[in-house]
Amino acid sequence: MSDKIPVTVLTGYLGAGKTTLLNRILSEPHGKKFAVVVNEFGEVGIDNDLVVGADEEVFEMNNGCICCTVRGDLIRIIDGLMKRKGQFDAIIVETTGLADPAPVAQTFFMDEDVSSKTRLDAVVTVVDAKWLTERLKDAPEAKNQVAFADVIILNKTDLVTAEELSAVEAQIRAINPYAKIHRTQRAGVDIAEVLGRNAFDLDRVLELEPAFLEESHHHHHDEDVQSVSFTIPGDVDPAKFMPWVNELVQQEGPNILRSKGILAFKGEPKRFVFQGVHMILDGDLTQDWKPGEKRQSKIVFIGRNLNREALNKAFLACAA
Amino acid sequence: MSVAPSQSLTEHVVAVEAGAHVIGAGWLGSKAAFALADGQLLLTNGSEHARVAAHPGGGILVAVNADKTIVTGGDDGRVVATAADGTTRECGKEPGRWIDALAIGRDGAIAWSAGKVVRALDGKGQLRSFTAPTTAQGLAFMPKGYRLAVAHYNGVTLWFPNTDAKPDVLAWKGSHLSVTVSPDGQYAVTAMQENALHGWRLSDRKDMRMSGYPSKTRSLSWSHDGNWLATSGAEAAIVWPFDKQGPMGRAPRECGVRPVRVARVAFHPRALVLASAYEDGTILLIRLTDASELLVQDATGSPITALAWNDTGRSLAFGDEAGNGGLFTLPS
Repeated sequence: MSDKIPVTVLTGYLGAGKTTLLNRILSEPHGKKFAVVVNEFGEVGIDNDLVVGADEEVFEMNNGCICCTVRGDLIRIIDGLMKRKGQFDAIIVETTGLADPAPVAQTFFMDEDVSSKTRLDAVVTVVDAKWLTERLKDAPEAKNQVAFADVIILNKTDLVTAEELSAVEAQIRAINPYAKIHRTQRAGVDIAEVLGRNAFDLDRVLELEPAFLEESHHHHHDEDVQSVSFTIPGDVDPAKFMPWVNELVQQEGPNILRSKGILAFKGEPKRFVFQGVHMILDGDLTQDWKPGEKRQSKIVFIGRNLNREALNKAFLACAA
Repeated sequence: MSVAPSQSLTEHVVAVEAGAHVIGAGWLGSKAAFALADGQLLLTNGSEHARVAAHPGGGILVAVNADKTIVTGGDDGRVVATAADGTTRECGKEPGRWIDALAIGRDGAIAWSAGKVVRALDGKGQLRSFTAPTTAQGLAFMPKGYRLAVAHYNGVTLWFPNTDAKPDVLAWKGSHLSVTVSPDGQYAVTAMQENALHGWRLSDRKDMRMSGYPSKTRSLSWSHDGNWLATSGAEAAIVWPFDKQGPMGRAPRECGVRPVRVARVAFHPRALVLASAYEDGTILLIRLTDASELLVQDATGSPITALAWNDTGRSLAFGDEAGNGGLFTLPS
C-alpha cells in the first residue's frame, strides 16, 4: 500500500536481550535484507545486511519544547540509506538500553525527509522478566520503553516462577495495556510477530488490535506512568473533539507519551483513527464501520500525571 | 505569479544515463562528472562516457568539485579525489564511519568530517584534525586564508587548521545542517533542521534569521558578484540580497514560482542568471535582471539532486534521484 521503507525500533533496558533478538532476526531464513542501525559494531554477526553505527544524537528544536526532540543521527543515516534504496527491504534501529524512545519515535513524524520516505513499523521493547520490577522502580528509561512499545518481548521467562511472571505481566499491563506481549526465552519469538507489524499504520490498528474497542478491565493507579482510556458508546462531534484533542496534546504533551483513538464521527461512514507521540498527532479516516457493528468512540492515553476524571469529563463532552 | 517560460531550450540538452541516484555533479575541464550512490563516478562529455569505481562496494554520500578534481566521500569511510582521466587518489580514510561532509578550498585543500571528527588536508599534504562539539554536518572553507567553517548542533565553529588558535564559535541554538561563506568572506550562512536559514555578519557577529520556508533548505548558491544568495526549499527560488548591509530587514526575491518545491539552485558563474531545479524534475534558467524564464528541462517526475555549471558558464550538468542525468549547453 505504500512504498515507504518500514522501520522497526528495537529498545529495551541493558541486558534484557535486545542483541539476542537482533541476532535472531538477522540469522533466520526470511529472505529479507535489512539495513541495521546499531550503537556498537561487532555485537551482531551479519553477512548480507548493511550495518551503520549510530551516535544517538538528540536535537531539541529552537523553541525549547521538550516534545519536539528528534534524533539527528537517524535523520542523517536514513537520508544516506535512502540514496541506496532497493538494496534492502527494511530498517532496524537498535537503541542503547538507556535511550529515551520518544525522540526516536518523533523523528519519524517530525522530520519531513524521514517521514516522506520511511514509516515507523513498530516500537519493539525487550524486557527482562526477572529484573523488570526492579528497573521500573529505579530506571525511568525502562518505564518509558514499556510505555512506548507496540510489541513487548517479555524475555527470560525461564528465570522466574509462574507467579512472578504473572506479576510482571500485570505491571506491564498497568503501564501499557495495548502492546502485544510475547513471553520468550532467549528472545525466541516468531520473527513475523516482531517485523511487519504495521503497528503505526492507521489502517491496520484494528486488524492488529481487535480488542481496542473493548472495555479494559484492569485499572491500576499505583504507577506514575499509567494508561487511561475512555469510551463514548456512540458518535462524537468532530467540531468538538478535534479542537479539544489538539489543545490537550499541546498543553499536556510532555506528560502524554503515547495516544491512540478510534472514533465514530457523526455522519461519517468511515472510522477516524489517530495516534500520537507527545504533542504530535497523526490521524485519518480509514475503513468503514461494518454493517451491524456498534459505532462507538474510544481514546487511550499513556502518560504521567494524567487526570482521569478531568479527561473523561472533557471527552464525554465531545459526544455528538 | 510567474508566466510560463517564453522560450524552451530543451533541444539543447543531451541526456545522460547515470544509472543510480545522482549525489552530486561537477566539471573536470570539458568533462562532466556525476557522483553516484552506487559508489561510481560517471565522466562524460556528452558522447563518450567512462565509469570510475571511486568507492568500490560502497556508496557516495557527498561530492565537491573545483578546478580539475572531484572529491567524493562515501559510506565506506573513504575520501577520494578523481581527475579527468579517471585516476583516483585516496585522500583520507575513517574506518567504519560514513563521511558526512566535505569541502574543497583553494590550492587543493580538502576537508571532511565523520561524526564529530573534522580533518583538513592542505595542498602540501599537511593533515590537521579537530573535534567538533557535536556531529559536524556542514563544512566550508573561508575564501581568504586557510580557515574552515564547521556547522554543528547549536552553531558554527571557525577553525584555523594551521594554527593553535582557539576555534571561534558562532552560537545559535538548533541544528545547523550545512554552511556556506559569502565570496567576500563577510557572511556565514547555515541551513537548519528547522525550516530556516541562520546567518552571521562576521564583522560584527550580528545574527540574521531567514525563515518562512515550507521545508528544509538543502541547496545554497552565491551569485558571481556575491550580491545574492539563492536557496532551495520553497515553491520558488528564494534569493536573498547580500549587497550593502546584507539581508537584514529586506525581503528576498522569489524567482521561478511554481506549484512544486525547488530542490537545487546554481548561479551562473559569470552572469546574474540562476538555474533553478524542482522536485518534479523541471529545470529553469531565470535572469535576475528582468525575471525572464527559459525552460531547460520539462517535468520528469524525479527530483533534481545535482546541478553544476562549468567554469565558463556555457554548460550545465544535472542529475536526479532516479538516475537520469543531462548536459545542457547554451546555444551560441
